[in-house]
Amino acid sequence: MTEVANNSNSVELLTFKLSDQEYSLDIMCVREIRGWTQATPLPHSPAYMKGVINLRGAVLPVMDLAQRLGLPVTEHTDRNVIIVVKHEETLAGLLVDAVSDIIALSDDDMQPPPEAGEGMQQGVIKSLTLIEDRMIRTLDLSHLVTTLQSDAA
Amino acid sequence: MTAPDPMAEIRASFFIECEELLEAMQDGLQQLDDGADDPETINVVFRAVHSIKGGAGAFGLEQMVRFAHRFETVLDGVRAGTLAVSADLMKLFFKAGDHLSDIVRASRDDEEFPDGESEAIVAELDQYISSDADDAAEEEIDFQPMGLSLDLDLGLPDIEPSGPPTWCITFTPDAEMYESGNEVFPILRALAELGDAEVRCDTSKVPVLSELAPESAYLSWTIDLQTTVDEAEIRSVFEFVDGLCTVSVERAEEPAAEFEPMPDFDLPAPEPMEDLPPPPAPEPEATAKPEPDAAPKRGAGSSSANAAKAVVRVDLDRIERLVNLVGELVINQAMLAQSLESAGLSPHSDAMNGLEEFQRLTRDIQDSVMMIRAQPVKPLFQRMSRIVRESSAAVGKEVRLETDGETTEVDKTVIERLADPLTHMIRNAVDHGLESTEDRTAAGKSTEGIVKLSAAHRSGRVVIEVSDDGGGINRPKVHQIAIDKGLVPADTALTDSEIDNLLFLPGFSTASTVSDLSGRGVGMDVVKTAIQSLGGRITITSEPGVGTTFSISLPLTLAVLDGMVVNVAGETLVVPLNVVSETLTIHEDTTDEIEPGAQVVRVRGGFVHLFDLGGALGYRSGPGDLAGSVALLIAQEDGNRVALIVDEIQDQRQVVIKGLDDTFCRSPGIAAATILGDGQIALIVDPSDIIANASKHGAASSSSMRMEA
Repeated sequence: MTEVANNSNSVELLTFKLSDQEYSLDIMCVREIRGWTQATPLPHSPAYMKGVINLRGAVLPVMDLAQRLGLPVTEHTDRNVIIVVKHEETLAGLLVDAVSDIIALSDDDMQPPPEAGEGMQQGVIKSLTLIEDRMIRTLDLSHLVTTLQSDAA
Repeated sequence: MTAPDPMAEIRASFFIECEELLEAMQDGLQQLDDGADDPETINVVFRAVHSIKGGAGAFGLEQMVRFAHRFETVLDGVRAGTLAVSADLMKLFFKAGDHLSDIVRASRDDEEFPDGESEAIVAELDQYISSDADDAAEEEIDFQPMGLSLDLDLGLPDIEPSGPPTWCITFTPDAEMYESGNEVFPILRALAELGDAEVRCDTSKVPVLSELAPESAYLSWTIDLQTTVDEAEIRSVFEFVDGLCTVSVERAEEPAAEFEPMPDFDLPAPEPMEDLPPPPAPEPEATAKPEPDAAPKRGAGSSSANAAKAVVRVDLDRIERLVNLVGELVINQAMLAQSLESAGLSPHSDAMNGLEEFQRLTRDIQDSVMMIRAQPVKPLFQRMSRIVRESSAAVGKEVRLETDGETTEVDKTVIERLADPLTHMIRNAVDHGLESTEDRTAAGKSTEGIVKLSAAHRSGRVVIEVSDDGGGINRPKVHQIAIDKGLVPADTALTDSEIDNLLFLPGFSTASTVSDLSGRGVGMDVVKTAIQSLGGRITITSEPGVGTTFSISLPLTLAVLDGMVVNVAGETLVVPLNVVSETLTIHEDTTDEIEPGAQVVRVRGGFVHLFDLGGALGYRSGPGDLAGSVALLIAQEDGNRVALIVDEIQDQRQVVIKGLDDTFCRSPGIAAATILGDGQIALIVDPSDIIANASKHGAASSSSMRMEA
């Protein structure tokens, strides 16, 4: 198994749930996962910005990923967690419904999303993969963060 | 001069050393000016200039070397006693010192050298040299035509019309050199590789065989080397035996006459000359080798009159990190205290006692860490003495700057950001504060005006005062100007201090004639804004005929802030304390609505605009019932006052400032964040930003309403 993984550039992904859909992120950009704590809202911020929380003395901006992707907003439960991600020098928290699993995939397993999707947010989904008949979407973090920046600007 | 990468670091440290040397030089000049005429003081100045020259030579900064040399020659005249220190000479020294710092800065930043100014000052310096009538001066005049071509490159061969110059090298090994396994032959061979070498061995010191000690060194060599390389390269041959022998390198007298002055500029020649006669002894090395390394040591040694302190240079980032960590420690400690308390521990239990001890320790650590960032204000004050010299010359007044409390330490960032406002204030004091020389004589004062700059720690803040012994603020005139400019209504009766504060209004300038020094319409209001952005306050006191004092009070550091913790619509916010002038409780009968959505509150007969902080930040749509809520009276930079409505004032405390990452969301009206004792983040508001935004929105909505109507 490990041999196969080594040979064909395997990627480890952290999978999580957002409004009953399954998404994943490259685990290398995930710093930590922490339970939901009340965030201090930022005035005049977009609705998906939940605010800022105290991450061991650092001020961490947190956004509701479902809302960010335009998915229906679900009620917060105890299983809601914040995935702390780092892209280049920016630290950010992503609020998701629940973390499911860590999976290892080879590059071959990941298919690029079909081009046709007009309604889809361009480029946010990096690739798709099927595991036990469930489709898992892999998010492109750099796209997520950079579009955010241009939104803010 | 572009330095290759490995050199960049050495170069950078050379410039840091230059700053220190310049500081020592300024100190020495100041002492000389104050009447200290002991030989040590002039030596300090001389050595500082000399060390700069030595270092500059090593980096091929020709311009700096040339100017420093000229300066040094005159200083040497004073040192040798052939020149007497006069007031004029002191002025020239200060000017030359200032110019030397300009050259150092220009070289550091790879900017254009201020050539024209150099020449003017050099010409002035030359007057003293020629009156001295030593041959150095003549040599320098000979040298002048060569100046430009030298600037282009270090490569001497390009400008060498009559074959490579000949260097006369004397080399006297010490016994230690042989003991450490070095030999003479490889060195001679390396020299021979540089050009045509003629080696002579001096055996005159070899004793008769019966007295000869086999371990001693008796031989010395004289090498006439005809080569195109420069002195530094020749010296590099002796790199490995540095300190183990006596070496002198000089240009021989043979080459064409115009090249004679070369040694004076290419290397600090005087020392090697003096070092030639003494017998081989280890001591002369220190002066014989003007290496950049040796320079700071001598510079530091020279200032050792005021006890040299051991200093470590630390990267600012590391300190920043430490400051952050300590900030977290403080927050954690507060969180721990809160949770222990909520766990219902008795305040007399061991845990609580231990926590109290812990609290004291963290506070001590925080204070000490903050002190690392602190720096004495001395360099800042030295810059100001230059401003005084320049500005007094520009307006033709005699001004002396007196400084006090130079060792007072302030946060590095505060010092950096204080330079501009302070410059402005000093210029103002010289230009507007002090009377003209005639007026001073008429008032029976000494013709020399005094500007005083002092710094002191006072109750956890730094107080910096700029005062002059001029005529004080001409209040009727100030009032009249304010009325003329429409800054205040004509019929207002103002108290003295209110009139004084008119100076801080934007667009106010008292000088009837606009001098090119100050009074361009940007005046004290800019100073006030700058001070306020540092979390400081500025006050003014003036007594007619006696003088004016501006007093700046600053926080010790920018990492913590005195804030008022307030509750608004369920959120906790921090308002910087320095903008809150007072707090009010709102009653039904003190508020009025002037138009829909715009309310005012009556404060001692005046009307002050009311803003709801919660509404401005979008936490709620309207303030609801105003009665019983609290308003913070905010003094704005333009002198206007507004009242911000909050629900409740929680506390007044120091908070650690945490920057907000605004890549995601830049919230208007929010300056930064902090972490409270319960671990929650509270936002620090920027009241002037909030008010600016609120009035913009207000104007927009009211105009749109009019459109609809």
